[in-house]
Amino acid sequence: MKVALFATCLTDTFFPETARAVVRLLERLGCSVEFPLDQTCCGQMHFNTGYREHSKPLARKYTEVFGGYDHVVVPSGSCAGMVREVHPTLGESPPRTFELAEFLVDVLGVTDVGAWFPHRVTYHPTCHSLRMLGVGDKPLALLRSVKALELVELPGSAQCCGFGGTFAVKNAETSTAMLADKMRCVLDTGAEVLCAGDNSCLMHIGGGLSRLRAGVRPVHLAEILASTEEDPWRATP
Amino acid sequence: MARNPVTWLGSPTFPKAAHTALADTQLRQNLRKATGTIRARRAAAVAEMTDWEMLRVAGEQIKDDVLARLDTLLVQLEESVTARGGVVHWARDAEEANRIVLDLCRAENAREVVKVKSMATAEIGLNEALEAGGVQAVETDLAELIVQLGDDRPSHILVPAIHRNRSEIREIFQRRMGVEVSDEPADLAEAARTYLRRKFLTTKVAISGANFAVADTGSIVVLESEGNGRMCLTLPETLITVMGIEKLVPSWQDLEVFLQLLPRSSTAERMNPYTSVWTGVTPGDGPQKFHLVLIDNGRTATLTDSVGRQALRCIRCSACLNVCPVYERTGGQSYGSVYPGPIGAILTPQLVGDLTDPQAASLPYASSLCGACFEVCPVRIDIPSVLTHLRAEVVEAKGRTAESVAMAAAAWVFRESSRYEKAQKAGSLARFLARDGRITSLPWPGSRWTSSRDVPAPPAESFRAWWRKNRG
Repeated sequence: MKVALFATCLTDTFFPETARAVVRLLERLGCSVEFPLDQTCCGQMHFNTGYREHSKPLARKYTEVFGGYDHVVVPSGSCAGMVREVHPTLGESPPRTFELAEFLVDVLGVTDVGAWFPHRVTYHPTCHSLRMLGVGDKPLALLRSVKALELVELPGSAQCCGFGGTFAVKNAETSTAMLADKMRCVLDTGAEVLCAGDNSCLMHIGGGLSRLRAGVRPVHLAEILASTEEDPWRATP
Repeated sequence: MARNPVTWLGSPTFPKAAHTALADTQLRQNLRKATGTIRARRAAAVAEMTDWEMLRVAGEQIKDDVLARLDTLLVQLEESVTARGGVVHWARDAEEANRIVLDLCRAENAREVVKVKSMATAEIGLNEALEAGGVQAVETDLAELIVQLGDDRPSHILVPAIHRNRSEIREIFQRRMGVEVSDEPADLAEAARTYLRRKFLTTKVAISGANFAVADTGSIVVLESEGNGRMCLTLPETLITVMGIEKLVPSWQDLEVFLQLLPRSSTAERMNPYTSVWTGVTPGDGPQKFHLVLIDNGRTATLTDSVGRQALRCIRCSACLNVCPVYERTGGQSYGSVYPGPIGAILTPQLVGDLTDPQAASLPYASSLCGACFEVCPVRIDIPSVLTHLRAEVVEAKGRTAESVAMAAAAWVFRESSRYEKAQKAGSLARFLARDGRITSLPWPGSRWTSSRDVPAPPAESFRAWWRKNRG
């Protein structure tokens, strides 16, 4: 199956290892992955901050770049939600766009992707994947099938981590108060790895954990699922 | 035009108000405990209903129908109420409504009136207006009484004293009622009961709001849990009800939907404890004079906004407050209005109607857009969508700002992948600011992030650079 990867601007720029993991994982599962180099950003930051007019040409661009593909895979619930729920309100008919876990479970029909990840992991379901896309427990089903992975439940998992895009800087103190509670829940699990399907939320929680030298590493779901015994995940420095 | 009292005079913008609230550790504890409890109870009460989602859709549709036919339904309500011996008054704004109510109180020579908890009267600042006119309004809902006696402001739609714990309430009661009382809930309730009973039996005029008004019968409905409302609605000689024009339902049968949706959403009860319904005046039974004051106060203007108008579906259940992660940390007073939380963030700016007002303009940004509010709303108000809609209006109202210039520049960069790649390469130089793979301090506005969070060092090679090298 031919799929297009929409890496998202954040992952492309800050977390290339996540996008490489998506490629590795999808190719292992028999997909042929293309990365149209003309892609940039879905326009979510502009739209959500009130710059609707600026988000329109970006939505347009997304349709132009990915319009020829039957399946577009995005390693972000938030950006997939922007494309699916918001682009149509901006006058676009976007191509079929899936968050990674949705694509694996719903389109490819797999939960065991042959991954191996010998670490204690807790999972934070990000707000847009949970409430905009309704991915439900698909990511958990995928994680439960990973060999050697010890999954621990995150208390209060459905509550927002406080990122919220520009909310994190416009209301930095409230955002930090939310982050503090999220970090407390993460630390309570004794997990070594915090997993989520959105690098934006991981950058937020991970940024707080890093500041505290808390000893918990944020890792995107794609990287865990791409990891195998032969070619295991390695922490990037 | 007079200032709309829906926002409190002199309230700071949301981030400034939150700064103060977040430092109040007692407030944080009280809110965490209270919202956590009610959240779990609501979830359990809703989970019992197999047709909950269908009820939500029905609630949404009935309210949308009402909003579409408001002009004719209101006239029908007026006719029904008048036919049953009530008097209907129309008020364009808060000032007009307050004057009507004050004149009605004066006509009855009332120096003191008892009140049933009401958001509409809080919205128009009725108590303050009455006091200025020499009439003392006594709140009879326990939480509202705590707020009133504490010279405080409400912080929740349903539980206005949610920010207070019982030892704080004990202190307020001892100081204002002049009684010795413990902080046991039963003792506190008894003190309030003794204080209020005298008021119920001696006061001639009562003022209420309305949860619903049935257009075709002219019946007014009030839901409450303490029985104080029933006292106010039956004992006095004159009853004045102040109601927003959007509180209508077309017919009696429509109540069936809302009497299921509201209790489970607000107090997590299967059935509401005290549901009072009255239709005009009944000779020899209850108040013999009934006045209905219909207030607009920004609602007609809100109705003209095809996206924003869904806020008028709100039945004031507070479910969105109880699940909101922002509200849980900042409390209700940070929103600077009688309508706090997610619904306040979309309703207040619309009722104020002026997005050049910095306080009103800050409210649509008081949300991480997590969507928990939309998920629980019994009338399916898509609060996140209205928030982004109002943010766009704020941006337009503000015109050119440093932010708008930066956003325009970012959009220009994102429109062409060549520009985006150049920016990416330039940005990756920030890795030289990093130590041990993290950046701990950035200049403004990045400092708003690094005040509490590190930034990962940008990698030397972006994904697209890797792709081009290895796959291109």
